[in-house]
Amino acid sequence: MADMKVYFDHNATTPLHPEVKKEMIAAMEMFGNPSSMHSYGREARANVEDARRKVAGFIGADEREIIFVGSGSEANNTVLSLFVCGTSQCIAGSKMRSTIITTKIEHPCVLETSECLAHRGVRVKYLDVDQYGKIDLDQLAGMLGDDVGLVSVMMANNEIGTLQDIEAITRMVHNSGALMHTDAVQAIGKVPVDVRELGVDFLTISAHKIYGPKGVGALFVKKGIPYCPLIRGGHQELGRRAGTENTLGILGLGRAVEMRALEMPEEEERLLHLKQVLRKGIEERIDDIHFNGHPTDSLASTLNVSFTGVEGEAILLYLDLEGIAVSTGSACASGSLDPSHVLLATGVDAELAHGSIRFSMGRESSMQEVEYLLDVLPPIIQRIRNMSTAYIKGGLHAASR
Amino acid sequence: MLQAGEWAYSETLKEHFMNPKNILQGENTDDFDGVGMEGNLQCGDQMMVVIKVDKEHDVITDCQWKTYGCASAIASTSVLSEMVKGRTLDAAFHISPKEVAQELGGLPDHKIHCSVLGDKALRAAINNYYTRNGKEDKVKQDQVKVICQCMSITDHDIEDAVLEGARTYFELQERTKLGTVCGQCKDEAEVLLEKFKHIHFGV
Ligand SMILES: Cc1ncc(COP(=O)(O)O)c(C=O)c1O
Ligand code: FES
Repeated sequence: MADMKVYFDHNATTPLHPEVKKEMIAAMEMFGNPSSMHSYGREARANVEDARRKVAGFIGADEREIIFVGSGSEANNTVLSLFVCGTSQCIAGSKMRSTIITTKIEHPCVLETSECLAHRGVRVKYLDVDQYGKIDLDQLAGMLGDDVGLVSVMMANNEIGTLQDIEAITRMVHNSGALMHTDAVQAIGKVPVDVRELGVDFLTISAHKIYGPKGVGALFVKKGIPYCPLIRGGHQELGRRAGTENTLGILGLGRAVEMRALEMPEEEERLLHLKQVLRKGIEERIDDIHFNGHPTDSLASTLNVSFTGVEGEAILLYLDLEGIAVSTGSACASGSLDPSHVLLATGVDAELAHGSIRFSMGRESSMQEVEYLLDVLPPIIQRIRNMSTAYIKGGLHAASR
Repeated sequence: MLQAGEWAYSETLKEHFMNPKNILQGENTDDFDGVGMEGNLQCGDQMMVVIKVDKEHDVITDCQWKTYGCASAIASTSVLSEMVKGRTLDAAFHISPKEVAQELGGLPDHKIHCSVLGDKALRAAINNYYTRNGKEDKVKQDQVKVICQCMSITDHDIEDAVLEGARTYFELQERTKLGTVCGQCKDEAEVLLEKFKHIHFGV
C-alpha cells in the first residue's frame, strides 16, 4: 500500500480549514433557532448575521443581497426557476422575457434545470465554447435580443478550470436588457470576485469548495432584482429561502471566506508554479498527451490532461492504489455512457475525453506531492498502454510507437 | 464513524485489476489461432481476445487479451481468460457475462456492460478460429432478430438498453424509441426485457 497520501481533487470538495473546524466545534453547543426572540435565538441570529456580513464583504456585496441556501446546486436552481416565475408574471410588476441563454459546459445542476425549463416552455439557447473552453462573445451577441431574459455563464469551469470574462459578458447582457447570473462556485476563493466590478445580478457560492462545510451555500441577488424563492413557506432569509437556517454551516461558511481573504492572495502564485511543474513533468515524461482547458485564463489549481489509448477510470483507480486522489471525465467512472460533456464541447475527440484526468490542487498541496505524482504516473500510463488495444499492430495509435 | 471501504469493487476484482492475468505482450497476434475484437475507442471500451486451440480436440489451450477499458473490463477479461483455458470451444462460447461477474465476486449494475465485451470478443475469436480452419459450418452467429420493425430495433439493442440501465418498458422506449410508432412490438419486447433483466441482473 502507498505510504504517501495525496489529495488532488479539490474541485470535487475540500477538507475543512482548521480554523473553520475550530470555530464550528466551538459553536457545537449553539442550538438556538435564529428566528426565536430569546437569548438562545439571539445568539444564533447574531452568528448568522455575522457570517452574512463576512460573505457580503468578501464579494463586495451588501449584506441584504446575500441569501444562505443549502448548496451551490440549490442556488443555481433558484435562479433558473425564478426565471419561470418572472416570465409567467407571478412576480408582481415584472415581466421577464422568455428566452434563457447558457453554455454547453455548465455544471449539471444548471444544464438539467435548463432542460427542465425547456420542457416547461422556456426557450433555452446553449453557447458553444472554443477548444479552450471559452465562450464566443460574437455568438453571444448574435443570440442576445429582446426575447432574452436571463443569461447564465459559469465563471470558472470545474473540469478544465477555464475562466470566462464575466465582466465583459455582463456588459453585453445588460446592454440587451437581460439579467446576468454566474455560477462562481469554482472561482470564489481562487480568483478575486467583486460583484460590483463584475456587474452581475446573481452569483452562486458553495462553502465546501473553499474549505467550508458541505450542504451550505450562498446566493447573491442584486438589490432591486425580481426574486421568487425556490423553497417557500417561511420568513427566513427575509422570505427568500424557507427552512430553519443551517446555523453551524453558515457560521463555517463565514469563517471559510474570512480565511480565503487572508490566504488567497499569496496562494495563486504558489499553485501556478506547482501546476507549471506538473504540466512540464507530464509533458516530458509521457508521450501522446493532450492538455485540456485554457493555457492562461484558467484556475491556477486545475490541470486536465487526456492520455491517448488509456481509459480514465483505470488511471484513477491505479492512482488511488498509490494513495493519490484525482478525478476523471471518463464515462465509466461516472456510471453514464457519455464521457465529459465539457470536454466534448471543447471539441476533444471522444476517445481522449474517455482518457482524461483532472488534477485539482489546494491550499495544502506541495511540491513534494507533485513530485510523487510525477514519479508514480508515468509507469501507470505505461502499464495501461501495454494492455491497451489502441497500441496493437494496426491499432489506432500503433504508428506513433 | 465508518471507514472508507478498501476498494470501490470486490477484492477479487481488485486483485485482477492490480495483477491482470494473460495480457498479450507486444503487438503480434500471428502465433494465435483465433483473434476477436469488439467495441471501439470512441465508445470508451474496446476488447481484443486471442486464443490458441488444440486442434484435435477443439480445446482452448491459451487465451490472452488486450483492452482499452475501465477496471471492470480489465478484471473481467482477466478472469475470463483464466476460465476458458482447458474448455472446449463450445463450452467457452457459452460462458455468460453473469458467470464472469460471479467469478469476480459481483459487479455493480452499471458496470455489467463493461464486462460483456470480453465475452463478445471471445466469441468473435472462436468464430475466427472456425473460419480460418475451414469450419465455417460451426460459426455461431449471435442471432440478430428485429423486434421493432418501425424503428428497426433488434433483440441486441434491447439487451444493450437493459445493460445500460433500462428496467421498465418505458425506460426501454426512452432509450431505443422502440414501440413508438405502431406499437405492435410491445408484447415481444416486454418478454425480452424480462429475459435480459433475468440473465444479467437475476431479477
Ligand atoms: C461549477 C459548479 N457549480 C455548482 C456545483 C454544485 O455545488 P454544490 O455541491 O454545493 O451543490 C459545483 C460542485 O460540484 C460546481 O463545480
Ligand atoms: S413495430 Fe415497434 S413501433 Fe411498430
